[in-house]
Amino acid sequence: MPPLLQLKEVRKSFGGLRVIDGLNLHVDEGEIVSLIGPNGAGKTTVFNLVTGIYAPDDGEIAFAGQSTAGLPPHKITRLGIARTFQTLRLFLNMTVKENVMAAAYGHTKATVVESMLRLPRARREEREIARMAEEKLGFFGQRLVGYRWDQPAYSLSYANRRRLEIARAMGSNPRLLLLDEPAAGMNPAETHEMTELIGRLRTDGGYTILVIEHDMHVVEGISDRVVALDHGVKIAEGSFEQVATNELVVEAYLGLKAAEAG
Amino acid sequence: MDTGGTIPEPPAAPDERDRPRVGVDEWVAKVEERRETHRGLAGVAHRILRFVPPPARLALFVVVAATLPLWMGRGDLFAYGIFTLLYVLLGLGLNVVVGYAGLLDLGHIAFFGFGAYLYALLSSEQYGIHWPATATVPLVVAATALLGLLLGIPSRRLLGDYLAIVTLFFGQAFVFFVNAANPTVAGKGLTGGPNGIADIDPLSFFGYELASRKQQFYFLLLAVALILTGLHFLSESRTGRAWRALREDPLAAEAMSIPVNRLKLLAFAFGAAIAGFTGCIFASVLTAVTAGNFGIPLLITIYAIVILGGVGSLTGVVIGAIVINMSFQFLAPENPQDNARLLFYSLIILLLVLTIRPLWKLAAVFGGVVALGVVVERLVDALAPSWTGGVVVEGGRLAGAVGHWVIIPTGHGRFANVAYVSLVAAVLLLTRLRGNARIVALVPTIYLAAVVWETSFVEQPAVARWILFGALLVSLMTVRPQGLLGTPRVEIV
Repeated sequence: MPPLLQLKEVRKSFGGLRVIDGLNLHVDEGEIVSLIGPNGAGKTTVFNLVTGIYAPDDGEIAFAGQSTAGLPPHKITRLGIARTFQTLRLFLNMTVKENVMAAAYGHTKATVVESMLRLPRARREEREIARMAEEKLGFFGQRLVGYRWDQPAYSLSYANRRRLEIARAMGSNPRLLLLDEPAAGMNPAETHEMTELIGRLRTDGGYTILVIEHDMHVVEGISDRVVALDHGVKIAEGSFEQVATNELVVEAYLGLKAAEAG
Repeated sequence: MDTGGTIPEPPAAPDERDRPRVGVDEWVAKVEERRETHRGLAGVAHRILRFVPPPARLALFVVVAATLPLWMGRGDLFAYGIFTLLYVLLGLGLNVVVGYAGLLDLGHIAFFGFGAYLYALLSSEQYGIHWPATATVPLVVAATALLGLLLGIPSRRLLGDYLAIVTLFFGQAFVFFVNAANPTVAGKGLTGGPNGIADIDPLSFFGYELASRKQQFYFLLLAVALILTGLHFLSESRTGRAWRALREDPLAAEAMSIPVNRLKLLAFAFGAAIAGFTGCIFASVLTAVTAGNFGIPLLITIYAIVILGGVGSLTGVVIGAIVINMSFQFLAPENPQDNARLLFYSLIILLLVLTIRPLWKLAAVFGGVVALGVVVERLVDALAPSWTGGVVVEGGRLAGAVGHWVIIPTGHGRFANVAYVSLVAAVLLLTRLRGNARIVALVPTIYLAAVVWETSFVEQPAVARWILFGALLVSLMTVRPQGLLGTPRVEIV
């Protein structure tokens, strides 16, 4: 069986700047893989390439054995890849529940006419995705349930917005979740909660997860495998201990002298 | 997919007043604070309306509207009833494109005009075609939707201002086409040039002709009710949510499995279809169409309806259409000049009441303005009688009071111009002042405005009406920037 996600010799340049340079990466079904690297290493670009926001200049990206070349982002999401955004791109003026329900567009089928007349299929789908949204929001304990369902997304606190980003991604029924710095800007207690949550996303939710994270406690807590990038090149791969002690990784993060001293 | 299945017990909703502030950042707290402060009349109405569910609102509207033909004459029913409903339909079509999908479409009127002209061509002596409306209306709606799609295809990648420019061009090109280009088809000018097309058949369904104003009104009311219901259901469906999502953030929408380009086209075609349908009714009710019906003034009016009502709100569109059409009819040229004067002074009073707090300052401004007028008038009358010798134009309910309050000179030709320039200067000065100085400066400024009104604008009723209409819109938007029924939108947090 092919890995769930596979990148082969992927390259991407913006003008003369090589952002991703011959990257090989794979994520197996049921795995949690962390992508680490200093700022500008090309981690978010990997997400943008996988989700179809950018097209690779060269190389091949396959999901569940099927090439995603030439597919627009919404079709790639329908295949079963959903992402969150590092910079939080919620539908701010829609309610919390609507944010999750909107992501169900890809796996609902009611036509405009059916919706306008509230024909049986439209009504059934509405009930189903409302229930689905409540279920996904229920994944975060009491954080996003009850009266919060009907509040606009902009009224949420920062940590809850990060949670809603994940719930919204879950709303598109993905097999693979791409989480872009899910713990960024959170306090230690919230970070700890997020670490547990990512674990539960796999065990209870059954998702395969590729995550970009800067907080090494989170990375250590969740990862089956860690991949380190620098200047668009994979510099290390393996367990957290292997990667964390890798000379190239230390050098990329702290500079050459520190690496020599260590 | 199983996500753990169970939904935890929801925590009880905290009371609005003692909701814990933990985890709510400062900016968000301020949004709620601002919302709390919307205590104006419109705010009160909004809060009441929140407790009336949409079906009840629709029922109320239809029941009240259905009684109009019982006590209104033919002319009034046409001017107030039929025109308001036509504005409602136009507003609803635009609301799909601008309100739901967030596409700034300035060519919307062209779809309305296209529908009207197409209906006219298929049901008049222009080419001797007299199809029944049962066939024409669906055909026109489909053709207009297709035109919307065609305009949408090249424009779908354009954002914001660029889309506005392209669609504005399209709207103007349409007016030019029907007015000036007027290509010859089968030995005749297709669109009739500046004369337009006249003697258009009334709508007829299965041999039943909608000839009287009453029948037309009830047909329109039925159409409005059906379209309102359909749009309400649609906005709460996957399509409506997808439209709102792409308005909020197209990239995120695309990443959440929403085909952004296709939905933009759908919004264009859908809005165009409603406009085309409205065009059919418009042409049949007026029995004539000319290019002048589809110009920029109508576009501005429709936008005013949608923005005034609250972008994205269906109830808002209905209320916006009622308010705008009522003020149009109120200020119509065939009505006495006194109406405009009444509105002018009411607007000033309304603005003062809405903006000046505390009450004693308000009372001081009122008292000051009245006293200033009386004193100035007496003083000038005693010193130089010719300066107050003018007659209040047109008379009416307020003329007596105004005549003893405002100085209206005779034979001092430049006076009106000088007063106008000083008013502009006074308003500019007012914007530079703060606090009590502003309140004090307000008194002579208001008096000066009254003088300018009575000496210049009454001489040019047409101009005065548009200025008043603009002032009405500006003051309403100042009080409630999100529109009467809109919710304040948050862009960046």
